[in-house]
Amino acid sequence: MNDFLQLCFAGMALGARYALVALGFVVIHRATGVINFAQGSIVALGAYFAFNAHQTWGLPFLLAAIIAVAGCAVVGIIVERLLLRKMSGQPVFSVIMITIGLLFVIDQIITMIWGQDAQNLGDPWGIDTVEAGEIVLAVVDLWAIGLAFLVVGAFFLFFRYSSTGLAMRAVAIDEEAAMARGISVRRVVATAWAIAGSVAAVAGITLASGPAALRPSVGLIALAAFPAMILGGLDSPLGAVLGGFIIGITQTLTAGYQPAHASWLGQDFQSVTPYAVMILILLIRPHGLFGTKEVERL
Amino acid sequence: MTALLRRSDSANPGMRQGHLDSVALFSTGWKKFGLLLGLAIYLLGPLMLSDFQLSVIDYAGIAAIGAIGLNVLTGYTGQISLGHGFFLGAGAFTAAYFGGNLDLPLPLWLAAAAVVGALIGLVIGPFALRLKGSYLAIITLGLVFLGQHIFENWKSVTGGLSGRAVTAPVKLGPVDFANLDIGGKEFSREGGYFYLIWAVVALVALLVKNLMRTRLGRAFQAVRDRDAAAEVIGVRLARTKVMSFVVSSSLAAVAGALYGSFQRFVNPEEFGLFLSIEFVAMIVIGGAATIYGPVLGALFITAVPFLIEEWSDRIPGVATEAGETGITVFALNQALFGLLIIGFLVLEPRGLAALWARIKVYFLAWPFSY
Repeated sequence: MNDFLQLCFAGMALGARYALVALGFVVIHRATGVINFAQGSIVALGAYFAFNAHQTWGLPFLLAAIIAVAGCAVVGIIVERLLLRKMSGQPVFSVIMITIGLLFVIDQIITMIWGQDAQNLGDPWGIDTVEAGEIVLAVVDLWAIGLAFLVVGAFFLFFRYSSTGLAMRAVAIDEEAAMARGISVRRVVATAWAIAGSVAAVAGITLASGPAALRPSVGLIALAAFPAMILGGLDSPLGAVLGGFIIGITQTLTAGYQPAHASWLGQDFQSVTPYAVMILILLIRPHGLFGTKEVERL
Repeated sequence: MTALLRRSDSANPGMRQGHLDSVALFSTGWKKFGLLLGLAIYLLGPLMLSDFQLSVIDYAGIAAIGAIGLNVLTGYTGQISLGHGFFLGAGAFTAAYFGGNLDLPLPLWLAAAAVVGALIGLVIGPFALRLKGSYLAIITLGLVFLGQHIFENWKSVTGGLSGRAVTAPVKLGPVDFANLDIGGKEFSREGGYFYLIWAVVALVALLVKNLMRTRLGRAFQAVRDRDAAAEVIGVRLARTKVMSFVVSSSLAAVAGALYGSFQRFVNPEEFGLFLSIEFVAMIVIGGAATIYGPVLGALFITAVPFLIEEWSDRIPGVATEAGETGITVFALNQALFGLLIIGFLVLEPRGLAALWARIKVYFLAWPFSY
């Protein structure tokens, strides 16, 4: 039982990170209908910004984190302004490929500046743990889970009560109608990219915390966050968080039990469970658990 | 009716005047000239080029077969796939098994790869029916990872993580492409494979070109342009999309089979996401929904890394030896790959093929700019 709870907690911790990455996808997809494959690179960039501000410049960790969040927001806006705006009206395929191209470029910029080697982010959590009964909880994991809930709560309030959030929802529903009501679609889209950038930085910091956990490959987790986003539905922040937790918990439970009970699935099966779960769910609900159902009979 | 079907008269070469003209295989004299030029290069290539250059072109030819396959799915039918690498892998391991373990001759293991590819496409196609655009991109991304997992664990066929040797024979009757000898003139392995691979490229290009002139091919394009409208005029969406998957994955498997046989060794690691993205890049850079676009794209994407490797010591800021400051050749390649994709999509979304068309149009109207 304790093993099970421990695995579930590890799954939630992993899921929280997936959720933070997936939230970035969702914001951009809601506003623009684009899936940003470069989100993973922005996640890594956020982690390196924090590293640079904290370790190289010697700023306090909290300040460094804020700088990373702001820096990634700016990167998001620049990417939107320089590339994505030019692509409006182009087929989905082209826009996806632009973000894939960006992924390659940003990844190489990161290795050019900070190198290939693993680094210490120097976060205050380190390897501290808290014990709850028999279960050992890492402080950084608790922070990740808390931050995921905090961000999704902030999203909820933002979309519900702020005028920018309302404008975003309007643009998501109908761009032209929103424009006719005097909403600046450009500003809304830029805001979406900025928000996605800041969430990516938060995700990056939680991923890179711990000893020697900061590597250029940190952003690769975004590939496993796709299933989380798809599972929740492309346009639902709450869905992204739940999707993240479902994927995370399935993955750690698989890692814990599959080698003993279902070894025929092969070695290292847990690394592909997110995709297996995604495909199964999409067969039953093609629009995800919480996504908007598009009425279409074809 | 006769006017509709009439072929162009000699007074107006290059002018399409009827249905027969627009479905003609080689509609203009220039295309026939291009064909002859291609044939000349094909015959003389192995005599003029070094083995290294030939091996690059061989790899490019293999990539071209796969890219033509992906173009059927993405360019003509409008379905995004990031899972093309998986089908290549399936073909490579089929060739390794049928050609190596069972020791079947060249036509049989190549056909086996095509059939296995088609069957996998037939199984996977229906999964994609309900999904479009971004969803399809991500589900095919999942396919790559699941496929790689299968390759890594099905050790008896794929050799697991360490990969396996491919000993498929490349003999066609008395002709052995690995050891080609024509009238006393001996060709290197690369030269022999050049003839084999580019013959398959030509065959596949002709096949797809013809396919696009049939009812099925036009149905593909109708689905791409507007699926609802296609359904209304009597195209059965489900069947058409699945057929597109079948053709595409079958061609990918043929490419994979040749890849395995040429390289003599395959590893499950090779057939991952990066390979799939490379194929998408080939059709983006070459030009989607054209026949020669993917071939140009394949040549371009395959050749660029080799060229950079070759000239790395002359490009400023590149570290060629350990300890030197600057970016590595690998990093430069990756960054350039990303920049090329972005550059083409922003500046010339229709790819290299459109660049050529633009030059042609410019000279047609010369000296007037339009």
